[in-house]
Amino acid sequence: MFSGIKIGRGVTWFALAAAVVLTVFPFYWMVRTALTPAADLYTDSTALWPQNPTLINFARILGLVSAEEARAAGGSGAHIDFLLYTTNSLVYSGLIAVVQTFCCAMAGYAFARLRFPGRDLAFAVIVAALMVPPIFTLLPNFVLVKQLGILNTIPGLVLPSLLMTPFAVFFLRQFFLSIPRDVEEAATLEGISRWGMFWRIVLPMSRGPLITIGLTTVVWSWKDYLWPLLVGKGESTRVLTVGLGVFLQQSPNRAPDWTGLMAGSVLSILPVLLLLVFLGKRLVQSMNFSGMK
Amino acid sequence: MHAVGTRLDAGTGRRPGLLGRGGGPRRRRDDRLVGWLFLLPVIVGFLIFYAYPTVRGVWYSFTDYSLLNDPAYVGADNYRQLVSDDQFWNALKVTGYYVVVNIVSQTVLALGLAALMHRLTRSVVLRATLLVPWLVPNVTIGLLWAWMLDPDLGFVNHLLGLAGLDATLSFNSPAWAMPLVALVNSWAYTGYTALLLYAGMLQIPPHLYEGAAIDGAGEVRMFRSITLPLLRPILALVLVVSLIGSFQIFDTVAVVYGGKAPIPETRVIYYYIYQQAFTYFHMGYASAVAMVLVVILGVLTAVQMRMLRASRSDLG
Repeated sequence: MFSGIKIGRGVTWFALAAAVVLTVFPFYWMVRTALTPAADLYTDSTALWPQNPTLINFARILGLVSAEEARAAGGSGAHIDFLLYTTNSLVYSGLIAVVQTFCCAMAGYAFARLRFPGRDLAFAVIVAALMVPPIFTLLPNFVLVKQLGILNTIPGLVLPSLLMTPFAVFFLRQFFLSIPRDVEEAATLEGISRWGMFWRIVLPMSRGPLITIGLTTVVWSWKDYLWPLLVGKGESTRVLTVGLGVFLQQSPNRAPDWTGLMAGSVLSILPVLLLLVFLGKRLVQSMNFSGMK
Repeated sequence: MHAVGTRLDAGTGRRPGLLGRGGGPRRRRDDRLVGWLFLLPVIVGFLIFYAYPTVRGVWYSFTDYSLLNDPAYVGADNYRQLVSDDQFWNALKVTGYYVVVNIVSQTVLALGLAALMHRLTRSVVLRATLLVPWLVPNVTIGLLWAWMLDPDLGFVNHLLGLAGLDATLSFNSPAWAMPLVALVNSWAYTGYTALLLYAGMLQIPPHLYEGAAIDGAGEVRMFRSITLPLLRPILALVLVVSLIGSFQIFDTVAVVYGGKAPIPETRVIYYYIYQQAFTYFHMGYASAVAMVLVVILGVLTAVQMRMLRASRSDLG
C-alpha cells in the first residue's frame, strides 16, 4: 500500500516535469536556431547545441550590418529593422494599456458609485458590446481609419482600443462595487470632491486590480496581429508581429530564413518574458477570472 | 474635473435631496454632470469605435462595397450568395473541427495539469513557467512550430525519424494540417487554462480532501467526487471563454504557410473574412460572413455573461 502511493507520487511528478519540458523545450529550440549560422542549418540542425554559435542573426535583423553582410549570413538583403519594430510594439501596447485602463477605471467608478439618470442604461449598452466579436468592428474601423487619413500612423493604430474595452469597464466596476463604502463615506463628510475621491482614495486602494487589467491589456496588445497588419504595415509603424510576417514573406521562393526568423521570434518574447520575471508573482497570483477576455 | 455639482450638498446643504427620494436628512450629491464627465472618454471611444462601426458593419452586409466605390445597397444578395457558397460552408466546417480538437485537448490537459498542481505544489515558479506560452504572440508561436514541423529540418520530424517512423508531420498535409494547428494552439493555451482552473480549485475547502483521505479515498476518487463537481461552474465558464477565443483563430494559419493563403483544410472563418475583405475587396460580402460569426459568438457570449455574474456572486 505504502509503496503504491509512492509510485503514484512518482508518476504525477513525472507528468508535471514532462509538462514543463514540453513547455520550455520549443523555446530552447528557438534560441538554439537563432544562434546557428544560416549556412550550417542543413548540416547542423539536430544537435542540442550549435557547432559554431553566432550572434550574426540578431545583428542582421536589428539592421546592424550592411545588406551584403546580411546576404552573406543567409538573409534576403531586404531592409529589416527589428529595433524599430520592438519600439513600435512597446509604444503600441504601453499606450493602450495605460490610457485604456485609466479611462475604464473612471467609467467603472462612475458606474459603481455615482448616481445619475441614464447610468444603468449606458452600462447595459456597453456590456452588450461584449457580444460583438472584434472582426465585425474591425472591417468598418479599418474603413474609418482609412477615411480619416491616418493609416500607417501611431494614432491610427492605437485609437480604436485607446479609450476603452467593454470588458475592462465591466471588470473594474465589479471591483469598485466590492470596496466597502466606509472609507468613502468618511471622506465624503470631509467634503472631498468626486474627482478627489477617485484620484486620491479609490485609485490607490485599487492597485491590484488595476495592475491585473493593465498587464492583461499589455499582453493582449503585444500579441495583436490582424489590426496592426491592416492599419500599420508601413515600415515606420510596423510592430513586431507584423515585422515577423513581412520578414517571412521576403524570401517567398526559397526556404524561409529560419535562423533570422527565430532571432526575431526571440526578440518578440524577451520583453514579455522580462515582465513575467519582474511581475510574475503578481501576475500568477492574480490569475483568476480577471485575466479573461 | 472639479464639477460644480460635486459640492452642492457638502457644506450648507442648500439643495438637499436634489435627486428626489423626498429630500430626507441623508446627504445626496447631484452626480449628473460629474457622472457623465467620468464616463466621457469611454463613451466617446465606445460611440466612435464600437457603436458606429457595428451599425456600419450591419449596413455593409447589405451592400456591394469594394473600398474604392461607395457602398451600394443590394438587399439580401450577400446572404443569398452565402447560402450557396461552398467555401463559406467549408470555412465553417474546418473552424468547427478546429474548435472541437482545440477545446477538447486543451481542456482535458489543463484539467489534469491543474489537478496535479493542486495536489502537489504551490510553486510560483512552476506556474510562471507554464504561463510563458500565453505571453507569446500567436504569430511567434506559429513561426516556431512551422520551424519545429519543417518537413526537412524540423526537430519534430527528426524525432519521428529517430523513432523509426516514416511519417512526416506538416502543415501542408491535408489530413494533418488542422489537427496540428489545433494542437499547436492547445500547446500555447493549456498552461494558461490550467492556471485558471487551478485558481478555481484553490476555492475548494481543503478539509473536504482531508476528510476523504481519512475515509480512505484515493486521489482519483477525490478528483471525481470532490474536485470535478465543485469546480463545475468555473470549468463551464472557462470552457465558454475558451470556445469564444477558439472561434477567432487567425494568426496561426496566417503564418504557418509562409505568408501565403492557407490550404482549404485550414482556411478558417476568420481567414475567409479577411481574404474576402482585403484580398478580393468584397467588403459587403465579408461583412455578411462576419454577421454569421456574430450570431454564433453572441449566443456563446450571452451564456458567458450569465455565468460570469453567477460565479462572481458565489466566489465573492
